[in-house]
Amino acid sequence: MDKRAKILSNSISLYYYKGEKQLYKIVRKEILAPNIFSMDILAPRVAASAKPGQFLIIIVDEKGERVPLTICDYDKDEGTVQIVVQAMGSSTKRLADMVEGDSLKDFVGPLGVPSEFVSEDIEEVKKRKYLFVAGGVGTAPVYPQVRWLTERGVEVDVIMGAKNKELVILEDKMKSVASNLYVATDDGSYGFHGLVTNYIEELVEKQGKEYNKCVAIGPMIMMKFTALTTKKLNIPTVVSLNPIMVDGTGMCGACRVTVGDETKFACVHGPEFDGHLVDFDEALKRQTQYKEEEIELSEAYNHGTEEAGK
Amino acid sequence: MAKIDRFKRTPISNQDPVIRSTNFEEVCLGYTEEEAVQEAKRCLQCPNPTCVPGCPVAIDIPGFINHIANREFAEAAHVLADYTALPAVCGRVCPQEDQCEKVCILAKKGEAIAIGKLERFAADWARENGVEVGKTKPGNGHKIAIIGSGPSGVTCAGELAKEGYDVTIFEALHEPGGVLVYGIPEFRLPKEKVVKPEIENVKKLGVKIETNVIVGRTVTIDSLFEEGFEAVYVGSGAGLPIFMNIPGENLNGVFSANEFLTRNNLMKAFREDYETPIKVGKRVAVVGGGNVAMDAARTAKRLGADVYIVYRRTEAELPARLEEVHHAMEEGINFEFLTNPIEITGNEKGWVNGIKCVRMELGEPDASGRRRPVEIKGSEFEFEVETVIMALGTSPNPLIASTTDGLQTNKRQGIIVDEGGHTTREGVFAGGDAVTGSATVILAMGAGKDAAKTIDKYIKEKNS
Repeated sequence: MDKRAKILSNSISLYYYKGEKQLYKIVRKEILAPNIFSMDILAPRVAASAKPGQFLIIIVDEKGERVPLTICDYDKDEGTVQIVVQAMGSSTKRLADMVEGDSLKDFVGPLGVPSEFVSEDIEEVKKRKYLFVAGGVGTAPVYPQVRWLTERGVEVDVIMGAKNKELVILEDKMKSVASNLYVATDDGSYGFHGLVTNYIEELVEKQGKEYNKCVAIGPMIMMKFTALTTKKLNIPTVVSLNPIMVDGTGMCGACRVTVGDETKFACVHGPEFDGHLVDFDEALKRQTQYKEEEIELSEAYNHGTEEAGK
Repeated sequence: MAKIDRFKRTPISNQDPVIRSTNFEEVCLGYTEEEAVQEAKRCLQCPNPTCVPGCPVAIDIPGFINHIANREFAEAAHVLADYTALPAVCGRVCPQEDQCEKVCILAKKGEAIAIGKLERFAADWARENGVEVGKTKPGNGHKIAIIGSGPSGVTCAGELAKEGYDVTIFEALHEPGGVLVYGIPEFRLPKEKVVKPEIENVKKLGVKIETNVIVGRTVTIDSLFEEGFEAVYVGSGAGLPIFMNIPGENLNGVFSANEFLTRNNLMKAFREDYETPIKVGKRVAVVGGGNVAMDAARTAKRLGADVYIVYRRTEAELPARLEEVHHAMEEGINFEFLTNPIEITGNEKGWVNGIKCVRMELGEPDASGRRRPVEIKGSEFEFEVETVIMALGTSPNPLIASTTDGLQTNKRQGIIVDEGGHTTREGVFAGGDAVTGSATVILAMGAGKDAAKTIDKYIKEKNS
C-alpha cells in the first residue's frame, strides 16, 4: 500500500471508531482576532488532495447553508484541514460558537482548479518574482500558495492589509514563508499607513521593486482596485473570486462571472482568474444578491443569542 | 364492486389544483387498495406482453400486476424488487405514456393499464406495511466504486450488491439521491416518504455511501483503483447548466433551473426553518419546455409568483410529460408559446426588470424531426418580470473526464461507452446523463442496470 492509501485507510477508519462520528471533527480552534478564528478539521480525503488555490464548502448543521470557505493549511499525515473564518453570517456565527471536539455536519473539497503555477514548469515559475496581496481573511488562502512556492525556491513578497492592528492575522505564519512581508493598516495603527494599493505603488514606484506576477486575494473591492493598480504598473495579476455558490461543483451556475467576454463558473473554471479581465462591477453587484436575507438571518441569530443570555 | 369497463382507466385522485398550488405536498394521491385491484384486473395478462420490452429495466409487468389483482401486494413488491431498486420513484416520475403504457394492447381500443400508478401503489404499500425486499448472494469480496448516487448509480450499486459485490457509492453532495433529491420537487416526489426509504433499501443490500466526495477533486478514478476498487462506474449525471448567451443573463434575478430547484429541494429553501434563501419576484419567466421547466415553474408558483413559461415551439412540441404540462396548466401557470427571449433587461442596481422576446413560427423540420422555430421579423415585445429561470438543459460535467487518463468523450462532452457501458478505459464503466446528456430517470436506471451486468462479467472474466 502506498503512503497515501495508508494515511487514508488509517484516517478513514477513524470515522467508524466505536461507532462514534469522528469525521469533520474540530481538532483545534484558535481565535486570531475579534470575530476571526481558525479551526483544524479532521477530513483526511480533503487533506490528502488539497492544493494551493483550491477551496471547500462546509455545512455547519442540519438547517445550515452550504458555505464556501478558503483553505488556509492542510496536514496530510494528521488528515486535517485548516480553515480561517470571519463570523459574519448566521452559519459562520454558529460555527464560531463551536468548540474543539464538536463536528461539522459536512465538509467537502477541495473544489476549484489549483493555482496555475502548480501545473507549470517549475523552472519557469522560479524565473518569476511574485507579489502576493492579501486582504483581511484573504490572508488565509494566500498562505498555502506562498508556502508551496517558497518550498520550491521561488521568491515571494507578501503585502498583508487589514483595517487596523487588531485585525492583522497569521503574521508569524506568513513571515516564516515569505521572502519579505509587508503589513499595511488602513488606520496606520500598525505597519504601513494606507491601503494595499498604496503599498504596491510605494514598493514598485518608490522603492523600485520589480514583480512579474501578482496574486491578490481578499474582499472583492480590494481585488478590483489591486487589479486596476497592477494594470497600470503592467504586472500580470491573478485574483481568487469568492462569489455566491450553492453546490460548488458546476451544477448551479450561481457563481457566474464575466471574464473577458466570456461567462465563467468560478467554482469549476476558477476560483482564480486573470484579474485584468474580470468584470468586477458585475461581480460586486452579484455578490449582493441575498444581502437582505443574510442580514435578516444574522439579526435573528443575534436576537436569539441575546434572548438566550437573558 | 361495479362491473369493470375493460377499456377505461380507474381514475386516480389528485390534490385540488387551487389548494396544491400553494403547498409542496404531493399532487397525486395514489390508488387505494380497492382502486388498485380494480385497475389491475383490467390487465389482459398477455402471454407475450408488449409492455415488458417497452420498459428500460424490463420489469415483469404482467407478473406484478397479477399479484395486485389477487390482492397479493407484498408479492407484487417482491417482483418489482427483482428488477428495480426505485419502484416508488419510477412509479411517480417515469414517462410510462411513452414506454410500457404506450405499447399496452388495451391502448389500441381504449386506455392503457395505469402501469406506473400500479407500480407506485405496490411500492408504497410494501413500504407502509414494512415488507422487506431484496435478497443478496454471499459476498464475493470484489470491491466496486460507483460515482454518483442518482438513479443510475443507485441502480448499478443495487444490482451489483445483489450479486455479492462490495459496493461503495461516492456522492459529491451532502445527501444521496442525485437528481431525485436536488432536482425533482417534493410535490412530485416526496423526499422523506419516498426517496430516502428507497435509498435505505439499497443500503440494506450492503451498499455503502460516502457523501461529500467529489471524484476528480477529493479523489480520482486512479486513486480509487489504488484504494483497491476493481471497477468504477461513472453515473455522475448532468453537469453545467446551459444559458442562452443573450444580453442581461448575469443580472441579479436570473437563475439556472438547477440553482433554483437545488435551493428549494436539496437546501429546503421553501421551509421556514432552513437558512438557504431563494429569490422569487412577483412575476417569473421560465425559459424552456421540458420537465425541469415545469418543475421550476410550479415551484415558483408555490412560492407565490405569477409564472410564465416561455417556449419557442408550440404546445405539441413540449418535451415535458403530458401529465406535468396538464398539472402546470391546472395550477395556473401561463404559457407563452412560439416565443423566444432575446434580451433580459435590468435596473441600475443590476436587478432584472423585464424580458424582451420575439415571436416565432414553425418552419421546416430540423435534425430532431421537430419543426424548427423561425423568428418573425419585427415581432419583438417586452414584458415585466423580476425573475428569469433558464431551464434549457445541461452539458455533462467535464471534471471526471478531464482528470482521468484514457477516458474519451464525444464532442458534446458525454463519456463514450460501448453497448454494455464500458468506456475507453479498462475497468471504467459509465451510464446515465454523464453519457447521454439530460435524459430521464428510467433511462439512467436502465444504463446502470446494463452496466452492472457488464461489470459482473468483466470481474468474473478477469478473475477466472
